[in-house]
Amino acid sequence: MADQLAMPHTATPAASVRTPSADIYAPQWRNVIFVAPFLFFFTTLLLFPLLWGIWLSFHKADTFSSGNFVGLGNYVRLYHDKVFLQSIWNTFYFVLLTVPTLALIGLFLALCLNRRTRTAAVLRTLFFSSSVLSVTIVTLIWRIVFIPNVGLLSTIYGWFGATAPAFISNPSLAMIGIAIATLWWCIGLPMMLFLSALQQIPRDIYEAAALDNANRWQTLRSITLPSIKRTFVLVVIIQIVLQFQLFGQAWLMTRGGPNNLTKPIVLYIYDTAFRRWDLGMGAAASEILFILILVAAMAQYLVARNKGDRA
Amino acid sequence: MTADIEIRNVSKQFGAMSVLEDLSLSIKAREFVVFLGPSGCGKSTLLRMIAGLETVDSGEIAINDQRIDHLPPGKRGIAMVFQSYALYPHMTVRDNMAFGLQNIGISRQIIDARINEASRILEMPHLLDRKPGQLSGGQRQRVAIGRAIVKEPKAFLFDEPLSNLDAALRTRTRIELAQLHQRLQSTMIFVTHDQVEAMTLADRIVVMNNRKIEQIGSPMEIYDRPATKFVAGFVGAPAMNFVDATLDRSGGNTKVKFAGGISVQTEIASNLLADSNYTFGIRSEDVRVVPAGHGDADGVVDVLERLGERTLIYARLGDGLQIVGSDVGNSSVTVGHKVGLAFDGKKSHLFSEAGRAWHAGEA
Repeated sequence: MADQLAMPHTATPAASVRTPSADIYAPQWRNVIFVAPFLFFFTTLLLFPLLWGIWLSFHKADTFSSGNFVGLGNYVRLYHDKVFLQSIWNTFYFVLLTVPTLALIGLFLALCLNRRTRTAAVLRTLFFSSSVLSVTIVTLIWRIVFIPNVGLLSTIYGWFGATAPAFISNPSLAMIGIAIATLWWCIGLPMMLFLSALQQIPRDIYEAAALDNANRWQTLRSITLPSIKRTFVLVVIIQIVLQFQLFGQAWLMTRGGPNNLTKPIVLYIYDTAFRRWDLGMGAAASEILFILILVAAMAQYLVARNKGDRA
Repeated sequence: MTADIEIRNVSKQFGAMSVLEDLSLSIKAREFVVFLGPSGCGKSTLLRMIAGLETVDSGEIAINDQRIDHLPPGKRGIAMVFQSYALYPHMTVRDNMAFGLQNIGISRQIIDARINEASRILEMPHLLDRKPGQLSGGQRQRVAIGRAIVKEPKAFLFDEPLSNLDAALRTRTRIELAQLHQRLQSTMIFVTHDQVEAMTLADRIVVMNNRKIEQIGSPMEIYDRPATKFVAGFVGAPAMNFVDATLDRSGGNTKVKFAGGISVQTEIASNLLADSNYTFGIRSEDVRVVPAGHGDADGVVDVLERLGERTLIYARLGDGLQIVGSDVGNSSVTVGHKVGLAFDGKKSHLFSEAGRAWHAGEA
């Protein structure tokens, strides 16, 4: 009553202005405007190419015409192509070489550098700095390291009167050489992800562990590692997806050689689709790579999740 | 197990900032000691130094006459309950409690027996296979206490363990902690800024302020005979009334006069007092509300606070000074009323400019 007397302008009878209160969670179709830009690019740059790729893989096609429907013909040809099968093996071998190493070295560096000293800060920057280089520079650097006779490695081995392993030309070492360059290039991201996970662990848990007589090893095994388990899975999945797409390092360091031993799937796709202009078969190979990455990442995710449930 | 704890001339600095200065304290076996003080007074730091989570810059700390300040936290034979509980989130309650015992190679049988006993005491056997994320705040608190109990430590350290609980649960847990202390007969040190926790739990309270100990004493000593003006103002709710006063020391006991011509006859021996500037202090329950004209002073009621068993009366005196007095629970006084205030001379305190306190009945 007093309020109404004090504010005569707002004293319109409440019943006449009251509207049913709107459900604020009801869909408002004009909100589509806000997601439209994303949807546009998602459709044109991701969804459409994906579907077109699948469509292409069932056709005999080159750059000028998309010809006859051939069914699974492209896939059958791939199955019988020794170079393609070799490239799948090469890719798996490369993933096996790089992903566990990246995860473990990244974790190790993060554990060493997770402190507030100036040295740690400098080293963190140093280890991350290689990640910002382009693949061209990275491979250039490592070619200089690996070049026989005059390279850095040969020079160092030379001081001790030894011969450096031929990382680029030796068939059994070439992929390891590419893996080393990749490790050096890619170590920054896993390290940073692990560092941020480590910094999320509350300090009082470590204090409780210290009062619980846990030594360094027990603390690492029982406190630190379980606390960053999710980040570990994340790092492995990201790296599987990334490393399955190996291309630049192999193309620039060895051109897939010697004898196709370092030719990964993406390089095979490039060769087939854009050097031999067999787009249909290239598309089919892309679909196989897509499924491989999907399966590998999902498998890793499921394994980690089951382990988590049992713990 | 229980232990004497001796703290001798301990100091601590963080960078250029001094947190504790030359502090000494001895705690007897089986004693429940509460460190009470405002935020930043150094009480938690002192506790963490006993636990070994902070280093001691100078001085020493001994448990049962053995120096422990150089030992790592796990080797000191103490257990600590953290404000945030600090449970291991990926371990079950049982594993949380077992972890510390496994680390020192105690056999599985003994570990199981201790866990069962502790979970029985804390009434939580049904929680043993859950993880901390599945527990409520109160249950986590129990687990944290359980994790301390199974270690059978020489002393328990509590760092504001009740501050994350709601009011009802806090009261209940307080009582349970008191029972736990009676049952275990262990030395316990409890840090809090809540004076009710301190008053209800402690055998002795250590009031700390500004890097130093202000007073050590039983709850009633602290309350009735605060050693300094800080203690008098910090302990007790509402805070003690403070009034600038001039003294009449012509008689054996001091007569206090303050603005507006009000005078109160105290029972503080006048020969003890030398300085000229004093502050008069009196608690609200020692200021009785009487009909206007019948007390030492008259005032107009500003605010009433009904607490149930008594009513707090905030009365404004003629010169603008506000004094809190108390009346019975169903007091008929209303806001705007003119009332008289009667000061109890036996319960009065005087504080020198330096903060030192004088009480009635001191020789």
